[in-house]
Amino acid sequence: MSWVWKSLNSSIGKKLVMAITGVALMLFLIIHLAGNMSLYGGKDAFNNYVRLLEHIKPFIRVIEVILASVFVFHIFNGTRLWIENKQARPQGYSVNGSRKNTDVFSRTAFITGSIVFIFLVIHLQTIWYKFNYSGSELDLYTITTEWFQVWWYAALYFISVLLLGFHLNHGFQSAFQTFGWNHKKYFPFIEKLGTVYALIMTIGFGSIPVYFFFFGGK
Amino acid sequence: MEHKKINLTLKVWRQQNAQSKGSFTEYKVSVSPDSSFLEMLDDINNDLEKKNLEPITFESDCREGICGTCGLVINGQPHGPIPRIATCQLHMRNFKDGDIIYVEPFRAKAFPIIKDLMVDRSAMDRVMEAGGFISVNTLSVPDGNAIPIPKEIASEAMDAAQCIGCGACVAACKNASAMLFVSAKVSQFALLPQGQPERYKRVESMVKVMDEYGFGSCSNTYACEAECPKGVSVKNIARMNREYFMAKVKSQNVE
Repeated sequence: MSWVWKSLNSSIGKKLVMAITGVALMLFLIIHLAGNMSLYGGKDAFNNYVRLLEHIKPFIRVIEVILASVFVFHIFNGTRLWIENKQARPQGYSVNGSRKNTDVFSRTAFITGSIVFIFLVIHLQTIWYKFNYSGSELDLYTITTEWFQVWWYAALYFISVLLLGFHLNHGFQSAFQTFGWNHKKYFPFIEKLGTVYALIMTIGFGSIPVYFFFFGGK
Repeated sequence: MEHKKINLTLKVWRQQNAQSKGSFTEYKVSVSPDSSFLEMLDDINNDLEKKNLEPITFESDCREGICGTCGLVINGQPHGPIPRIATCQLHMRNFKDGDIIYVEPFRAKAFPIIKDLMVDRSAMDRVMEAGGFISVNTLSVPDGNAIPIPKEIASEAMDAAQCIGCGACVAACKNASAMLFVSAKVSQFALLPQGQPERYKRVESMVKVMDEYGFGSCSNTYACEAECPKGVSVKNIARMNREYFMAKVKSQNVE
Protein backbone atom coordinates (compact mmCIF):
# COMPACT_ATOMS: atom_id res chain seq x y z
CA MET A 1 0.00 0.00 0.00
CA SER A 2 3.03 2.26 -0.21
CA TRP A 3 1.53 3.83 -3.34
CA VAL A 4 -1.29 5.30 -1.26
CA TRP A 5 1.15 6.91 1.16
CA LYS A 6 3.37 8.17 -1.66
CA SER A 7 0.42 9.54 -3.59
CA LEU A 8 -0.89 11.42 -0.55
CA ASN A 9 2.56 12.92 -0.05
CA SER A 10 2.90 14.13 -3.64
CA SER A 11 2.23 17.78 -4.44
CA ILE A 12 -1.29 16.94 -5.62
CA GLY A 13 -1.88 14.41 -2.82
CA LYS A 14 -1.14 16.98 -0.12
CA LYS A 15 -3.66 19.32 -1.72
CA LEU A 16 -6.22 16.50 -1.70
CA VAL A 17 -5.68 16.00 2.03
CA MET A 18 -6.21 19.74 2.57
CA ALA A 19 -9.38 19.67 0.48
CA ILE A 20 -10.97 16.59 2.09
CA THR A 21 -10.22 17.71 5.65
CA GLY A 22 -11.32 21.23 4.72
CA VAL A 23 -14.70 20.03 3.47
CA ALA A 24 -15.13 17.91 6.62
CA LEU A 25 -14.42 20.96 8.77
CA MET A 26 -16.85 23.05 6.75
CA LEU A 27 -19.58 20.49 7.40
CA PHE A 28 -18.73 20.56 11.11
CA LEU A 29 -19.03 24.36 11.13
CA ILE A 30 -22.61 24.12 9.84
CA ILE A 31 -23.57 21.82 12.74
CA HIS A 32 -21.62 23.98 15.19
CA LEU A 33 -23.41 27.13 14.02
CA ALA A 34 -26.82 25.45 14.19
CA GLY A 35 -26.09 24.51 17.80
CA ASN A 36 -24.80 27.99 18.67
CA MET A 37 -28.02 29.54 17.42
CA SER A 38 -29.69 28.09 20.53
CA LEU A 39 -27.88 30.86 22.47
CA TYR A 40 -30.41 33.26 20.98
CA GLY A 41 -33.19 31.14 22.44
CA GLY A 42 -32.12 32.15 25.96
CA LYS A 43 -30.91 30.29 28.98
CA ASP A 44 -33.20 27.25 28.81
CA ALA A 45 -32.83 26.69 25.08
CA PHE A 46 -29.03 26.68 25.31
CA ASN A 47 -28.79 24.63 28.49
CA ASN A 48 -31.24 22.09 27.06
CA TYR A 49 -29.10 21.86 23.93
CA VAL A 50 -26.01 21.25 26.07
CA ARG A 51 -27.93 18.65 28.09
CA LEU A 52 -28.87 16.90 24.85
CA LEU A 53 -25.19 16.71 23.91
CA GLU A 54 -24.41 15.37 27.41
CA HIS A 55 -27.07 12.73 26.89
CA ILE A 56 -25.41 11.35 23.76
CA LYS A 57 -21.88 11.71 25.16
CA PRO A 58 -20.39 8.43 23.83
CA PHE A 59 -21.44 9.38 20.31
CA ILE A 60 -20.08 12.91 20.76
CA ARG A 61 -16.76 11.49 21.99
CA VAL A 62 -16.37 9.42 18.80
CA ILE A 63 -17.15 12.49 16.68
CA GLU A 64 -14.66 14.51 18.72
CA VAL A 65 -11.86 12.04 18.07
CA ILE A 66 -12.58 12.09 14.34
CA LEU A 67 -12.85 15.86 14.36
CA ALA A 68 -9.61 16.25 16.28
CA SER A 69 -7.73 14.08 13.79
CA VAL A 70 -9.25 16.01 10.88
CA PHE A 71 -8.09 19.25 12.51
CA VAL A 72 -4.61 17.84 13.09
CA PHE A 73 -4.31 16.66 9.48
CA HIS A 74 -5.55 20.00 8.12
CA ILE A 75 -3.27 22.06 10.35
CA PHE A 76 -0.22 19.82 10.08
CA ASN A 77 -0.52 19.43 6.32
CA GLY A 78 -1.23 23.13 5.82
CA THR A 79 1.83 24.14 7.82
CA ARG A 80 3.98 21.60 6.01
CA LEU A 81 2.77 22.85 2.62
CA TRP A 82 3.44 26.43 3.67
CA ILE A 83 7.03 25.59 4.69
CA GLU A 84 7.68 23.56 1.53
CA ASN A 85 6.15 26.24 -0.66
CA LYS A 86 8.39 28.87 0.95
CA GLN A 87 11.38 26.66 0.20
CA ALA A 88 10.36 26.46 -3.47
CA ARG A 89 11.42 30.12 -3.77
CA PRO A 90 14.49 30.68 -1.58
CA GLN A 91 15.02 34.24 -2.82
CA GLY A 92 11.91 36.35 -3.12
CA TYR A 93 11.15 39.25 -5.43
CA SER A 94 12.12 42.78 -4.48
CA VAL A 95 8.86 44.07 -5.91
CA ASN A 96 5.79 42.13 -4.86
CA GLY A 97 3.25 41.99 -7.65
CA SER A 98 0.82 39.61 -5.93
CA ARG A 99 -1.84 42.30 -5.43
CA LYS A 100 -2.13 42.59 -9.18
CA ASN A 101 -2.76 38.92 -9.92
CA THR A 102 -4.39 37.35 -6.85
CA ASP A 103 -7.18 38.13 -4.40
CA VAL A 104 -6.63 38.77 -0.71
CA PHE A 105 -8.51 35.61 0.40
CA SER A 106 -6.24 33.15 -1.40
CA ARG A 107 -3.03 35.04 -0.65
CA THR A 108 -3.66 35.12 3.09
CA ALA A 109 -5.04 31.59 3.63
CA PHE A 110 -2.10 30.56 5.82
CA ILE A 111 -2.19 33.71 7.93
CA THR A 112 -5.97 33.63 8.46
CA GLY A 113 -5.73 29.91 9.22
CA SER A 114 -2.98 30.53 11.78
CA ILE A 115 -5.02 33.18 13.60
CA VAL A 116 -8.08 30.92 13.59
CA PHE A 117 -5.85 28.20 15.08
CA ILE A 118 -4.79 30.49 17.95
CA PHE A 119 -8.44 31.26 18.52
CA LEU A 120 -9.26 27.55 18.42
CA VAL A 121 -6.83 26.84 21.27
CA ILE A 122 -8.30 29.62 23.44
CA HIS A 123 -11.83 28.57 22.46
CA LEU A 124 -11.18 24.95 23.47
CA GLN A 125 -9.78 26.08 26.83
CA THR A 126 -12.51 28.57 27.68
CA ILE A 127 -15.57 26.72 26.37
CA TRP A 128 -14.94 23.10 25.48
CA TYR A 129 -12.76 22.30 28.53
CA LYS A 130 -15.15 24.07 30.92
CA PHE A 131 -18.16 22.26 29.49
CA ASN A 132 -16.56 18.85 29.72
CA TYR A 133 -14.52 18.90 32.90
CA SER A 134 -16.24 21.09 35.41
CA GLY A 135 -19.27 19.02 36.35
CA SER A 136 -22.70 19.05 34.78
CA GLU A 137 -24.29 21.19 37.47
CA LEU A 138 -22.94 24.41 36.00
CA ASP A 139 -25.11 26.95 34.26
CA LEU A 140 -23.23 26.90 30.99
CA TYR A 141 -25.36 29.59 29.40
CA THR A 142 -24.24 32.08 32.04
CA ILE A 143 -20.60 31.02 31.76
CA THR A 144 -20.69 31.41 27.97
CA THR A 145 -22.48 34.74 27.89
CA GLU A 146 -20.22 36.10 30.63
CA TRP A 147 -17.24 35.39 28.42
CA PHE A 148 -18.82 37.52 25.72
CA GLN A 149 -19.04 40.41 28.22
CA VAL A 150 -15.23 40.42 28.36
CA TRP A 151 -14.29 42.92 25.70
CA TRP A 152 -11.06 41.24 24.57
CA TYR A 153 -12.73 37.85 24.30
CA ALA A 154 -15.64 39.26 22.31
CA ALA A 155 -13.22 41.16 20.07
CA LEU A 156 -10.98 38.10 19.59
CA TYR A 157 -14.01 35.96 18.78
CA PHE A 158 -15.32 38.49 16.28
CA ILE A 159 -12.00 39.09 14.52
CA SER A 160 -11.25 35.37 14.37
CA VAL A 161 -14.65 34.65 12.84
CA LEU A 162 -14.12 37.43 10.30
CA LEU A 163 -10.77 35.93 9.30
CA LEU A 164 -12.35 32.48 9.28
CA GLY A 165 -14.76 33.92 6.71
CA PHE A 166 -11.78 35.00 4.57
CA HIS A 167 -10.32 31.51 4.98
CA LEU A 168 -13.58 29.82 4.02
CA ASN A 169 -14.20 32.08 1.03
CA HIS A 170 -10.92 30.84 -0.42
CA GLY A 171 -11.14 27.30 0.95
CA PHE A 172 -14.57 26.39 -0.37
CA GLN A 173 -13.90 26.92 -4.06
CA SER A 174 -10.28 25.88 -3.63
CA ALA A 175 -11.32 22.46 -2.31
CA PHE A 176 -13.52 21.82 -5.35
CA GLN A 177 -10.82 23.05 -7.71
CA THR A 178 -8.47 20.53 -6.07
CA PHE A 179 -11.05 17.75 -6.47
CA GLY A 180 -10.96 18.64 -10.15
CA TRP A 181 -14.53 19.94 -10.30
CA ASN A 182 -13.63 23.10 -12.18
CA HIS A 183 -16.22 22.75 -14.90
CA LYS A 184 -17.89 25.42 -17.01
CA LYS A 185 -21.34 24.34 -15.84
CA TYR A 186 -20.79 23.96 -12.11
CA PHE A 187 -17.81 26.01 -11.01
CA PRO A 188 -19.31 29.51 -11.21
CA PHE A 189 -22.08 28.18 -8.95
CA ILE A 190 -19.57 26.57 -6.57
CA GLU A 191 -17.69 29.87 -6.30
CA LYS A 192 -20.89 31.77 -5.47
CA LEU A 193 -22.01 29.09 -3.04
CA GLY A 194 -18.62 29.33 -1.31
CA THR A 195 -18.99 33.08 -0.83
CA VAL A 196 -22.56 32.66 0.45
CA TYR A 197 -21.41 29.91 2.81
CA ALA A 198 -18.53 32.07 4.10
CA LEU A 199 -20.93 34.99 4.62
CA ILE A 200 -23.45 32.85 6.52
CA MET A 201 -20.70 31.47 8.77
CA THR A 202 -19.20 34.93 9.39
CA ILE A 203 -22.52 36.60 10.12
CA GLY A 204 -23.82 33.60 12.08
CA PHE A 205 -20.83 33.17 14.39
CA GLY A 206 -19.84 36.85 14.32
CA SER A 207 -23.24 38.07 15.49
CA ILE A 208 -22.97 36.11 18.77
CA PRO A 209 -20.19 38.13 20.49
CA VAL A 210 -21.65 41.38 19.13
CA TYR A 211 -25.13 40.59 20.48
CA PHE A 212 -24.00 39.42 23.91
CA PHE A 213 -21.40 42.17 24.33
CA PHE A 214 -23.75 45.03 23.51
CA PHE A 215 -27.06 43.64 24.74
CA GLY A 216 -25.79 41.21 27.36
CA GLY A 217 -28.22 38.61 26.10
CA LYS A 218 -31.15 40.45 27.66
CA MET B 1 12.15 62.50 -37.94
CA GLU B 2 12.24 63.41 -34.29
CA HIS B 3 10.28 61.21 -31.89
CA LYS B 4 9.28 62.10 -28.42
CA LYS B 5 11.22 60.01 -25.96
CA ILE B 6 10.43 58.99 -22.41
CA ASN B 7 12.95 59.01 -19.58
CA LEU B 8 12.99 55.99 -17.33
CA THR B 9 15.01 54.69 -14.42
CA LEU B 10 15.69 50.98 -14.73
CA LYS B 11 16.81 48.88 -11.80
CA VAL B 12 18.14 45.71 -13.33
CA TRP B 13 19.14 42.59 -11.40
CA ARG B 14 22.81 41.83 -12.06
CA GLN B 15 24.30 38.57 -10.83
CA GLN B 16 27.60 37.13 -11.97
CA ASN B 17 26.63 33.44 -11.65
CA ALA B 18 24.47 31.01 -9.69
CA GLN B 19 26.75 31.17 -6.64
CA SER B 20 27.32 34.91 -6.39
CA LYS B 21 25.07 37.34 -4.61
CA GLY B 22 23.23 39.62 -7.00
CA SER B 23 22.01 43.19 -6.67
CA PHE B 24 20.20 45.87 -8.62
CA THR B 25 22.13 48.21 -10.92
CA GLU B 26 20.52 51.48 -11.93
CA TYR B 27 20.36 52.59 -15.58
CA LYS B 28 18.90 55.91 -16.73
CA VAL B 29 17.48 55.59 -20.21
CA SER B 30 15.77 57.79 -22.74
CA VAL B 31 13.71 55.55 -24.96
CA SER B 32 11.17 55.81 -27.78
CA PRO B 33 7.65 54.74 -26.76
CA ASP B 34 7.60 52.58 -29.89
CA SER B 35 10.55 50.56 -28.69
CA SER B 36 9.91 47.13 -27.21
CA PHE B 37 11.17 46.27 -23.75
CA LEU B 38 13.84 43.96 -25.15
CA GLU B 39 14.94 46.54 -27.75
CA MET B 40 15.45 48.95 -24.88
CA LEU B 41 17.67 46.37 -23.16
CA ASP B 42 19.52 45.87 -26.48
CA ASP B 43 20.19 49.63 -26.56
CA ILE B 44 21.51 49.57 -23.01
CA ASN B 45 23.76 46.63 -23.91
CA ASN B 46 25.11 48.49 -26.97
CA ASP B 47 26.04 51.38 -24.73
CA LEU B 48 27.60 49.07 -22.14
CA GLU B 49 29.65 47.30 -24.80
CA LYS B 50 30.87 50.62 -26.21
CA LYS B 51 32.12 51.44 -22.71
CA ASN B 52 33.73 47.99 -22.47
CA LEU B 53 31.34 46.99 -19.72
CA GLU B 54 29.66 43.62 -19.29
CA PRO B 55 26.26 43.65 -21.07
CA ILE B 56 23.08 42.51 -19.29
CA THR B 57 22.43 38.82 -19.93
CA PHE B 58 18.84 38.03 -20.84
CA GLU B 59 17.14 35.48 -23.06
CA SER B 60 15.05 36.00 -26.16
CA ASP B 61 14.51 34.26 -29.45
CA CYS B 62 11.49 34.78 -31.71
CA ARG B 63 10.48 38.16 -30.27
CA GLU B 64 6.92 37.61 -31.42
CA GLY B 65 5.51 35.89 -28.35
CA ILE B 66 5.47 32.29 -29.53
CA CYS B 67 8.71 30.66 -28.45
CA GLY B 68 8.62 31.18 -24.68
CA THR B 69 12.29 32.04 -24.40
CA CYS B 70 12.02 35.55 -23.01
CA GLY B 71 10.70 36.17 -19.56
CA LEU B 72 11.47 38.92 -17.10
CA VAL B 73 9.72 39.94 -13.93
CA ILE B 74 8.91 43.60 -14.46
CA ASN B 75 7.77 45.50 -11.36
CA GLY B 76 6.82 42.21 -9.71
CA GLN B 77 4.86 40.82 -12.65
CA PRO B 78 6.18 38.14 -15.03
CA HIS B 79 6.11 39.52 -18.59
CA GLY B 80 5.23 42.95 -17.22
CA PRO B 81 2.00 44.81 -16.50
CA ILE B 82 0.05 44.02 -19.69
CA PRO B 83 -1.88 40.73 -19.61
CA ARG B 84 -1.69 38.02 -22.29
CA ILE B 85 1.66 39.01 -23.79
CA ALA B 86 5.24 37.83 -23.46
CA THR B 87 8.04 40.21 -22.45
CA CYS B 88 9.09 40.62 -26.08
CA GLN B 89 5.64 41.99 -26.97
CA LEU B 90 5.72 44.61 -24.23
CA HIS B 91 6.25 48.12 -25.55
CA MET B 92 7.56 51.15 -23.76
CA ARG B 93 4.39 53.12 -24.56
CA ASN B 94 2.89 51.27 -21.60
CA PHE B 95 5.17 53.19 -19.26
CA LYS B 96 5.12 56.84 -18.26
CA ASP B 97 7.92 59.37 -18.34
CA GLY B 98 9.79 59.23 -15.03
CA ASP B 99 8.76 55.66 -14.14
CA ILE B 100 11.08 53.48 -12.09
CA ILE B 101 11.10 49.93 -13.44
CA TYR B 102 12.46 46.98 -11.50
CA VAL B 103 13.63 44.12 -13.71
CA GLU B 104 14.22 40.78 -12.03
CA PRO B 105 14.75 37.21 -13.22
CA PHE B 106 12.15 34.46 -12.70
CA ARG B 107 12.75 33.28 -9.16
CA ALA B 108 12.30 29.66 -8.11
CA LYS B 109 14.40 26.95 -6.54
CA ALA B 110 13.84 24.90 -9.69
CA PHE B 111 15.04 27.80 -11.89
CA PRO B 112 18.60 28.59 -10.74
CA ILE B 113 20.00 31.86 -12.08
CA ILE B 114 22.67 31.37 -14.74
CA LYS B 115 23.58 35.04 -15.06
CA ASP B 116 21.78 38.36 -14.54
CA LEU B 117 18.25 37.83 -15.88
CA MET B 118 18.85 34.41 -17.41
CA VAL B 119 17.60 31.37 -15.54
CA ASP B 120 17.97 27.64 -16.13
CA ARG B 121 14.50 26.32 -16.96
CA SER B 122 15.62 22.84 -17.98
CA ALA B 123 13.55 21.39 -15.11
CA MET B 124 10.57 21.95 -17.41
CA ASP B 125 12.30 19.96 -20.15
CA ARG B 126 12.84 17.10 -17.70
CA VAL B 127 9.12 17.17 -16.88
CA MET B 128 8.33 16.99 -20.62
CA GLU B 129 10.72 14.08 -21.11
CA ALA B 130 8.91 12.21 -18.36
CA GLY B 131 5.66 12.05 -20.31
CA GLY B 132 4.95 15.05 -22.52
CA PHE B 133 4.75 13.04 -25.71
CA ILE B 134 2.60 10.52 -27.59
CA SER B 135 3.58 7.35 -29.38
CA VAL B 136 3.02 7.33 -33.13
CA ASN B 137 3.78 4.86 -35.88
CA THR B 138 6.57 5.95 -38.18
CA LEU B 139 6.74 5.50 -41.99
CA SER B 140 3.72 6.76 -43.88
CA VAL B 141 1.95 9.95 -42.84
CA PRO B 142 -1.45 9.20 -41.27
CA ASP B 143 -4.53 10.56 -42.99
CA GLY B 144 -5.68 13.91 -41.74
CA ASN B 145 -8.90 13.75 -39.73
CA ALA B 146 -8.78 9.94 -39.72
CA ILE B 147 -9.85 10.04 -36.07
CA PRO B 148 -13.02 12.06 -35.53
CA ILE B 149 -12.62 14.57 -32.69
CA PRO B 150 -15.48 16.91 -31.68
CA LYS B 151 -14.72 20.56 -32.32
CA GLU B 152 -15.14 21.55 -28.63
CA ILE B 153 -12.67 18.90 -27.49
CA ALA B 154 -10.18 19.84 -30.19
CA SER B 155 -10.49 23.50 -29.15
CA GLU B 156 -9.98 22.70 -25.49
CA ALA B 157 -6.88 20.68 -26.31
CA MET B 158 -5.62 23.53 -28.47
CA ASP B 159 -6.23 26.03 -25.65
CA ALA B 160 -4.06 23.88 -23.40
CA ALA B 161 -1.49 23.38 -26.15
CA GLN B 162 -1.10 27.16 -26.44
CA CYS B 163 1.31 26.95 -23.52
CA ILE B 164 4.70 28.11 -24.78
CA GLY B 165 6.54 26.76 -21.74
CA CYS B 166 7.95 30.13 -20.72
CA GLY B 167 7.71 29.49 -16.97
CA ALA B 168 5.78 32.67 -16.13
CA CYS B 169 3.30 30.56 -14.12
CA VAL B 170 6.16 29.37 -11.91
CA ALA B 171 7.49 32.91 -11.61
CA ALA B 172 4.08 34.33 -10.71
CA CYS B 173 3.06 31.66 -8.21
CA LYS B 174 3.78 32.50 -4.59
CA ASN B 175 4.74 28.83 -4.19
CA ALA B 176 6.81 28.66 -7.41
CA SER B 177 4.50 25.86 -8.48
CA ALA B 178 4.62 24.52 -12.03
CA MET B 179 1.08 23.14 -11.93
CA LEU B 180 -0.26 25.33 -14.75
CA PHE B 181 2.54 24.35 -17.10
CA VAL B 182 2.39 20.63 -16.28
CA SER B 183 -1.41 20.58 -16.33
CA ALA B 184 -1.50 22.24 -19.76
CA LYS B 185 0.83 19.57 -21.09
CA VAL B 186 -1.11 16.77 -19.41
CA SER B 187 -4.40 18.18 -20.70
CA GLN B 188 -3.46 18.68 -24.34
CA PHE B 189 -2.79 14.95 -24.61
CA ALA B 190 -5.39 13.62 -22.18
CA LEU B 191 -8.17 15.33 -24.14
CA LEU B 192 -7.31 13.75 -27.48
CA PRO B 193 -7.60 10.12 -28.64
CA GLN B 194 -3.92 10.12 -29.63
CA GLY B 195 -2.95 10.73 -26.02
CA GLN B 196 -4.85 7.80 -24.54
CA PRO B 197 -2.22 5.01 -24.62
CA GLU B 198 0.08 6.81 -22.15
CA ARG B 199 -2.70 8.77 -20.43
CA TYR B 200 -2.30 7.64 -16.81
CA LYS B 201 1.38 6.81 -16.95
CA ARG B 202 1.97 10.31 -18.32
CA VAL B 203 0.37 12.23 -15.47
CA GLU B 204 1.98 10.02 -12.83
CA SER B 205 5.50 10.42 -14.15
CA MET B 206 5.23 14.11 -15.04
CA VAL B 207 3.96 14.99 -11.55
CA LYS B 208 6.70 12.83 -10.01
CA VAL B 209 9.46 14.68 -11.88
CA MET B 210 7.79 18.02 -11.15
CA ASP B 211 7.90 17.23 -7.42
CA GLU B 212 11.52 16.05 -7.60
CA TYR B 213 12.65 19.43 -8.92
CA GLY B 214 11.24 21.23 -5.90
CA PHE B 215 8.41 23.17 -7.51
CA GLY B 216 5.83 24.13 -4.89
CA SER B 217 2.26 22.92 -4.52
CA CYS B 218 -0.78 24.78 -5.80
CA SER B 219 -2.63 27.12 -3.40
CA ASN B 220 -5.29 27.98 -5.98
CA THR B 221 -4.48 31.69 -5.94
CA TYR B 222 -4.70 31.62 -9.77
CA ALA B 223 -1.82 34.09 -10.18
CA CYS B 224 -0.53 31.75 -12.90
CA GLU B 225 -3.59 32.19 -15.12
CA ALA B 226 -3.52 35.96 -14.61
CA GLU B 227 0.12 36.18 -15.73
CA CYS B 228 0.16 33.49 -18.44
CA PRO B 229 0.97 35.16 -21.77
CA LYS B 230 -1.33 32.65 -23.49
CA GLY B 231 -4.13 32.77 -20.92
CA VAL B 232 -3.95 29.03 -20.19
CA SER B 233 -6.84 28.30 -17.83
CA VAL B 234 -6.58 26.89 -14.31
CA LYS B 235 -9.30 24.46 -15.43
CA ASN B 236 -6.32 22.49 -16.70
CA ILE B 237 -5.02 22.18 -13.13
CA ALA B 238 -8.39 20.75 -12.10
CA ARG B 239 -8.17 18.35 -15.03
CA MET B 240 -4.64 17.30 -14.06
CA ASN B 241 -5.84 16.65 -10.50
CA ARG B 242 -8.66 14.44 -11.86
CA GLU B 243 -6.23 12.64 -14.15
CA TYR B 244 -3.81 12.14 -11.28
CA PHE B 245 -6.44 10.71 -8.93
CA MET B 246 -7.77 8.41 -11.66
CA ALA B 247 -4.23 7.33 -12.52
CA LYS B 248 -3.51 6.51 -8.90
CA VAL B 249 -6.71 4.49 -8.61
CA LYS B 250 -6.49 2.73 -11.97
CA SER B 251 -2.82 2.27 -12.86
CA GLN B 252 -0.91 -0.95 -12.31
CA ASN B 253 1.89 0.97 -10.66
CA VAL B 254 2.03 -0.14 -7.01
CA GLU B 255 5.23 1.66 -6.07
